[in-house]
Amino acid sequence: MGTVAVHGLCKSFGKVQALDGVTLDVPDGSFFVVLGPSGAGKTTTLRAIAGLEKLDAGSVHLDGRDATGDAPAARDLAMVFQSYALYPRHTAYENIASPLRARRCSSSEVAAAVEQMSSLLHIERLLQRRPAQLSGGEMQRVALARALVRRPRAFLMDEPLTNLDLKLRVEMRTELTRIHRSLGGTFVYVTNDQVEALSMADQVAVLKEGKVQQVGTPTEVYERPANQWVAGFVGSPPISLLACHAEGDRLVGAEGWTLPRPRWTTAEDGRPLLLGLRAEDLSVEQRGNASLSGELYGLEPLGDRTVVDVRVGTEILKVKARPTVTGTPGERLLVTVDLDRVHLFDAGTGLALSEAGR
Amino acid sequence: MGVSVDETVSTGPVRDHTPPARRLGGRGRSVLEVALLTALAVVMLFPVLWMIETSIKENRDVYAIPAKFFDFKVTMDHFKDVFFASGGGRSALSVSFLNSVVVAGVSTVLATVLGVPAAWAYSRFAVKAKKDQLFFILSTRFMPPVVVVIPIFLMYRQVGLFDTKLGLILIYTAFNVPFTIWMMKGFVDEVPAEYEDAAMLDGYTRLQAFWRFTLPLLVPGIAATAVFALIFSWNEFVFAIFLTSSDTVRTAPPAIAGLIGGTTVDWGLVAAASVVFALPVLVFAYLVRKHLVAGVTLGAVRR
Repeated sequence: MGTVAVHGLCKSFGKVQALDGVTLDVPDGSFFVVLGPSGAGKTTTLRAIAGLEKLDAGSVHLDGRDATGDAPAARDLAMVFQSYALYPRHTAYENIASPLRARRCSSSEVAAAVEQMSSLLHIERLLQRRPAQLSGGEMQRVALARALVRRPRAFLMDEPLTNLDLKLRVEMRTELTRIHRSLGGTFVYVTNDQVEALSMADQVAVLKEGKVQQVGTPTEVYERPANQWVAGFVGSPPISLLACHAEGDRLVGAEGWTLPRPRWTTAEDGRPLLLGLRAEDLSVEQRGNASLSGELYGLEPLGDRTVVDVRVGTEILKVKARPTVTGTPGERLLVTVDLDRVHLFDAGTGLALSEAGR
Repeated sequence: MGVSVDETVSTGPVRDHTPPARRLGGRGRSVLEVALLTALAVVMLFPVLWMIETSIKENRDVYAIPAKFFDFKVTMDHFKDVFFASGGGRSALSVSFLNSVVVAGVSTVLATVLGVPAAWAYSRFAVKAKKDQLFFILSTRFMPPVVVVIPIFLMYRQVGLFDTKLGLILIYTAFNVPFTIWMMKGFVDEVPAEYEDAAMLDGYTRLQAFWRFTLPLLVPGIAATAVFALIFSWNEFVFAIFLTSSDTVRTAPPAIAGLIGGTTVDWGLVAAASVVFALPVLVFAYLVRKHLVAGVTLGAVRR
């Protein structure tokens, strides 16, 4: 049991509107990721759920019960902070034990729980050290253990992996997924890293400037971005967006190119649109069912693949290619497009066109 | 020191000239420095030295002309006079020392107990017009005591606080609380609020979080602040002389000042009383010196 629901959260800090009507529904037992760039209001959302932030408007429901005004201690939640917030004068053991001590558990219960957590997270030999004697990765594990040592309604995690180096981050990603599977429980996880979001989440909420842009599974968010901004934020290399409009059965680009119009589009002729093309749906090696011509602008070899920058008029398309691809800048290229997988957005509102017919 | 520097920076001829010049300049400067510092130290420390000397000189030597620096008879009589009356029993001076201890001690404790939580609140919570409030709190210290002592004297007489230890304690507390709030707010700001956030999620109340997790980290700051407050209360003269009249209430500074005046001045007694008066603060500051340094440099070493 552990559902978290927030409704219409509003919070401003001075003139900055951090949250502007955030509504989220976190189902019981899910790994729910709140994704957004810095300043999107992710952390404020999490702190509002935890009861650490006084709201201007909106409500927080835990297990269906209104907990809006409750003190943090009364909410039965656990949280991992971005800075870890380990108590500097306490040993790792006492840090992990703290939530149990606050609930006046007997020392044998505490010892058993701490032991179980430290073996789950492989930190048995660190228990007698103080935070100052721990590395970043070790502090992270201790902070995680402190949160997991209890079985609260939900676990809140505020960018717990951000301060780790890349290798450790990838490792902990798998580890967290493993922990979620083995312990169960509801995880609300905040990050600005779309890879974390796509790889770990059951559900992703994309946040921008205090507003929820889209909620869905990682696949939905990636394959059916609700608007131009989500399309651009999720995915690496970023989606290429070309200005165009429909004309009969053709899409005509502002740069003069034409492509067959996808059958499912409902846009009337002449309405300004943006054509969204993901790098993996484009090719410089002749596949797909339509093509654009441009010139080679640059190559970004990334080891397992190479991103080819192709200039079409004044716009740059990012195309995913095999690592062996070569070329010289300025060279003419034909980019083929997988028309079944393109995205269309209204250029004015940025909203995705209905894909009901797809 | 110069080997690697010389090798990398210069060749033969330059080496011939610079090192002697540098050494000479260095020696010249250090001689001047030592001379100046010695002169300064003598000027600064002579009164202290003279006070200590006078306190252990026999009266004959105290008034000797020319003054005796070295060959005087040592006596502890003046110190005895500080604590015991000539006819036996406690002297008025010893009572005043006791009053000073009570007044300074209680007012420091009160200022700390009131000021530390206030500083925490100003640091942690969104208080309306916080800056204005803090400025207002500080502004109570803008007025020199001499300026406000007359109205306070009149008010104290009305409410019966004149010539009471409680009256002095209250006025010193009132002076120390703003100082404590301002100084402690800096220390509280240095302690990340996330420790308390984490503690509250662990299941503690806000006050428990403050008490168990933030307060222990503030101890160096509290020690530093309390020492300053204690020194203020201990040394305070203006309020003490205006707001007290009887020997049973008077604190040490006006009591010592009262020894000077009349037809003859017992300088030996004045010096001995001054030594006794200076000691507690020195000892206290020495005991908490680690905290003092840690407190004063807290901001510098933390991050």
